[in-house]
Amino acid sequence: MGEVELKLLGMWASPFAIRVRIVLNQKGLKYEYFEEDLKNKSELLHKYNPIHKKVPVLIDKDRSVCESLIILQYIDEISQTGPSVLPTDPYERAMTRFWAAYIDDKVFLAMGGILKATTEEEKTDKITEAMSVLELLEETFKKCSKGKYFFGGDTIGFLDVTLGSYLVLLKAAEKVFEFKILDETKFPKLMEWTERFLSTDCVKEVMPKVERVEEFYTKIVKPRWAAASSQ
Amino acid sequence: MESHKGVTLLDFWVSPFGQRARIAMAEKGIEFEYKEENLAQKSELLLKMNPVHKKIPVLVHDGKPVCESLIIVQYIEEAWPEKTPLLPSDPYQRAQARFWADFVDKKVYDCGSRLWKTKGEEKEAAKKEFIEILQILESELGDRKYFGGETFGYVDVAFVPFTAWFHSYETEAGFSVEESAPKISTWAKRCGERESVKKHLYEKEKVYEFVCMLKKRLGIE
Repeated sequence: MGEVELKLLGMWASPFAIRVRIVLNQKGLKYEYFEEDLKNKSELLHKYNPIHKKVPVLIDKDRSVCESLIILQYIDEISQTGPSVLPTDPYERAMTRFWAAYIDDKVFLAMGGILKATTEEEKTDKITEAMSVLELLEETFKKCSKGKYFFGGDTIGFLDVTLGSYLVLLKAAEKVFEFKILDETKFPKLMEWTERFLSTDCVKEVMPKVERVEEFYTKIVKPRWAAASSQ
Repeated sequence: MESHKGVTLLDFWVSPFGQRARIAMAEKGIEFEYKEENLAQKSELLLKMNPVHKKIPVLVHDGKPVCESLIIVQYIEEAWPEKTPLLPSDPYQRAQARFWADFVDKKVYDCGSRLWKTKGEEKEAAKKEFIEILQILESELGDRKYFGGETFGYVDVAFVPFTAWFHSYETEAGFSVEESAPKISTWAKRCGERESVKKHLYEKEKVYEFVCMLKKRLGIE
């Protein structure tokens, strides 16, 4: 196979970009990384993702692939090295895709709901919602892992990176916005998995430090939302 | 869980999402049993097969459920690889097909619904947005026969059920697909000549009747 010339447009705190970087790492694929300022989108971003203008964007030679879960599947299909990110069995693939869509649909929303809540009552409601999502994911973890370390079994897979890419953001949000949902007593298997996931090399290299995200939430996100809700 | 051999589709007659699964199976020559769901009174089977979302369509293959229409279509593609492929074999082309099906999923239904659910300024804004969506898709289609190129493929399957809704959208919002996006209009007619599409899409008047009934029920005049 010829030289792989990959570029990735991303943003340091974006779970969508983080998950792609974890998989590129895991597969030993080299790439040139471009940090995007989402307030001032680059020409590259406009050129390679004209439809959505979002990160991440994977650029392979001169062609782009957009949407994180689509990028992950593409990487799986072009790489000759590293474990497969998706299972090979069609039914297991369908289940994996289903849960990945669920995670992206619910986790992000649940987290946003808590952060944006304007009253204590609303916050409590949103926390309850988030807990029920995690409950379902605890069950899903047990089913998918079949007693092994990750959703993907022995190695990190599609669901691990999809859910895992939110972890540091969640931990930082808990601290800055004063709530707790990552509860070891309620979700023991899932919490074990979070520590295991975060301490894996290909993840550590890419995951932002929790303090950096806390600062980002404190200095940028919180004031921005406070301003928006007071309008 | 009953180990029922074969394929069953839990669906709702006019659902464009369900129609994606029906058309995909028809294209691939896969036999299936169709089960109409009463969405006002969901069956035990549906609640059991899709406990998370409680929605149709649900494909049940040898007793095991697959949910979410595009996930179902990809499953159909992968579980019956020997039959007419809907996705290209090249990874980059596959990524493009997935992207465009995802685009249809994100944009068409929601914006389309706003064309008949809203009034005044909101409706005008929705109309403008919908025409833009059609024009983006038209630009992607280009002069090709189908989104899949020479062959009817994944993106065609994802988008074609909405062609039965064009008449409703046009009537409600006051615009013409043929005028705003002529290539999409031609593509829709071409798809309409396929057996799978003829068999599984309803006539535009029937769909419009359904939209009018929904409007009444939702108290929209």
